Amino acid sequence: MRPYLSIVIVALALAALASLAHSNTLANSLVTATIIALAGYGWNLLGGYGGQYSFGHAAFFGAAAYVDAVAQARYGVNAYAAFVLATAAAALVGVVIGYLSFRAGLRGSYFALITLAFAEVMRVLANAAGITGGAAGTLIRLAPSPSHFQFVGRQPYLWIVLVLVTLAMIATRAVERSRFGAYLVAVRENEAAARALGVDALRVKLQAIVISAALTGLAGALYAQYFLFVDASIAFGPWISIEALAAPIVGGLGTVFGPLVGALALDGFGEAAHAVAGRTPGIELALYGALLVLVVAVARDGLQGLAVRFFAARRAGAA
Amino acid sequence: MTAPLLVLEGLTKRFGGLTAIDGVSLTLPCGGVTGIIGPNGAGKTTLFSLIAGSERANTGRVLFDGGDVTRLPANARAVRGIGRTFQITQPFAGMSVRENVAVGAYLRHARRNDALARAAEIAERVGLGGRLDAPAASLTVSARKRLEVARALATEPKLLLLDEILAGLNPSEVREFAPVVRALSAQGITVMMIEHVMHAVMNLCAHLYVLAEGRLIAQGPPAEVTRDPLVIESYLGKGAAARLARGGGHG
Repeated sequence: MRPYLSIVIVALALAALASLAHSNTLANSLVTATIIALAGYGWNLLGGYGGQYSFGHAAFFGAAAYVDAVAQARYGVNAYAAFVLATAAAALVGVVIGYLSFRAGLRGSYFALITLAFAEVMRVLANAAGITGGAAGTLIRLAPSPSHFQFVGRQPYLWIVLVLVTLAMIATRAVERSRFGAYLVAVRENEAAARALGVDALRVKLQAIVISAALTGLAGALYAQYFLFVDASIAFGPWISIEALAAPIVGGLGTVFGPLVGALALDGFGEAAHAVAGRTPGIELALYGALLVLVVAVARDGLQGLAVRFFAARRAGAA
Repeated sequence: MTAPLLVLEGLTKRFGGLTAIDGVSLTLPCGGVTGIIGPNGAGKTTLFSLIAGSERANTGRVLFDGGDVTRLPANARAVRGIGRTFQITQPFAGMSVRENVAVGAYLRHARRNDALARAAEIAERVGLGGRLDAPAASLTVSARKRLEVARALATEPKLLLLDEILAGLNPSEVREFAPVVRALSAQGITVMMIEHVMHAVMNLCAHLYVLAEGRLIAQGPPAEVTRDPLVIESYLGKGAAARLARGGGHG
């Protein structure tokens, strides 16, 4: 139980934060940030632990968002069934992209580029196809009732994302402590050495991308359910690919709390920048960029690593 | 005579126009320590890669423990029981010693606690017991070589390929390593080692193969092989054996 104790504490802290978020603005900001954290947990598993840096997690996020919306709007599928279907669809997209790119031995910048290309192709297709509603996008009919997975107010959504983020943290910890997790990190560190020790690198990477895609898919489906609308640039746009990788990198790559810490920090920083310099258009983006540069320069291991080093130094100073 | 552990039949490996391994056949019985020597560029490491599966032969077959493994990838050969170390050490730099060795141990022990316990036990055996939680990146050359051995050993191999584990070590470190290799053999692991440190080879190996320009040119007990004129010439150039026999080192 001990390895999970810190997760329980963080989950309780999140719950306290959520129950204090009475204003709609704060709750809304938190929902968006935690949805991004969830997408970041997907990216973190493949990128942080597996060392396979994807620039196209929008492919998984978008596939799930569209399946969730289209299944309900066009085929009248029950909202919860659509949610499950959407997550499964993202996992399936993960299998296809993973098989094609890992089978071909793509890694490093080539893997990053091919995933970006997949996401962009899906964006263009979604914008053109009839079933997705084309450029107009797809609206989920407003029907606020728990039986439609729709709620009045932001709070219920916040609780749902928090539960899912907690499950993502637990899943990440479980991976860390499993043979699969050890193999995944071994493949990241040195693929040839891992193979010599009996690790089936292709299989490990495929398993990782499927779990990764499903987690990011959860975020996509939830996003569609929360805003009740998707279009091609929301679902498959580069913004979510970047958010999904920025959160774990800023928070701490390949750590259990990294994506959550990073997503909350980036969100808080974005809001603060907006408040300070709201009148100058684009200034918050410049500040956002500056923060990324700063994190990469000062804390290669993210905010979590920075905190760990800070406390270690203090303890050493006290002793 | 028991069944051989490893049989190579006419193995050939070409890299473009270069034939690195040229029709090598050999039969390795179970048990014992066998050495592979030869001048630089003779193809020793390539031969290990063909046996371990990180390279595929162009022609020829690799038979291991009664089965044909020629077409199996490296990871499947590790499952069959072929372990190897790398000449240029390949630690998982971001992991601790214990975690490094555990990756090997997971092959036969799926549960985390079993794998970690096994890893600690094996690290102890190769003399890394005191450095279990040290990051692999912080290890000295000698400790990295030990880590290579520990990791390969953790997969519980029947055949262990050691690629120049003594290179770059000082004489006292070499002396410390010899008992480790002997202990492996005593446990029933068949050891094949590429080595340049001749006195260690002479001490440890019962049988030597000599590789030059991709071909096996001699084999036998170390004392005989090192007197073989062909072997001497492969190291020192044509005519060297005759000159040595005349007693003159000059000319």
